[in-house]
Amino acid sequence: MRILYFAWLRERVGIAEETVDLPADIRNVAGLLDWLRSRGDTYATALADLSMVRVAVNQDYARPDDPVSANDEVALFPPVTGG
Amino acid sequence: MTVRVQREDFDTAAELEGLTRGNRKIGAVVTFTGLVRDFAEDGQIRKMTLEHYPGMTEKQLAAIVQQAEQRWPLDGCLVIHRYGPLEPGDRIVLVIVASAHRQAAFEACAFLVDWLKTRAPFWKLEEREQGHRWVEAKSSDDAAAARWHR
Repeated sequence: MRILYFAWLRERVGIAEETVDLPADIRNVAGLLDWLRSRGDTYATALADLSMVRVAVNQDYARPDDPVSANDEVALFPPVTGG
Repeated sequence: MTVRVQREDFDTAAELEGLTRGNRKIGAVVTFTGLVRDFAEDGQIRKMTLEHYPGMTEKQLAAIVQQAEQRWPLDGCLVIHRYGPLEPGDRIVLVIVASAHRQAAFEACAFLVDWLKTRAPFWKLEEREQGHRWVEAKSSDDAAAARWHR
């Protein structure tokens, strides 16, 4: 799975993107976020407040119970501020 | 429908001319241009950098324009959103909507701007005297977008 980070989430995680081997038991967005937070202090801190984290799966907004799989492109970012 | 995400500036008059030329059914054109302000709630802004999510940005903008076209009888619709480094006074975003009548054009333009502010994946980084700061999303923008739900 390819994971992209944007704006201050990118700064806090320290990378713009990474490719991860998704554990087989992770099936939805909520599970993915829990797993990412378990990968170390950097992730736990960056993703501490999930109310400030938006998730897109294959470039569409996703909710906690939306499914994820190994071939997806997932993006994590703060609430948007364009316009 | 035209959606462009670009680093370069745009020419509002040329875009308007291009959108309406030759279409005699158009009776109303509403244009919205967003500019970089030089002030924030807590200080002067020297520069602003707009980050975006290439691919998703174009996809979401196209989806928003499609919704507007389904909802109002439009004869033309254009959205241009810039990214990269910008300075106060620079143009950020252009929305042009053309229709036979003004009400559809006004409403669709407001809808597009409200929705792109809450759905298009852009993030503003402000550079001030005190340093850099990511602009926080405003609940007033969410409220503005929510009024279009029905």
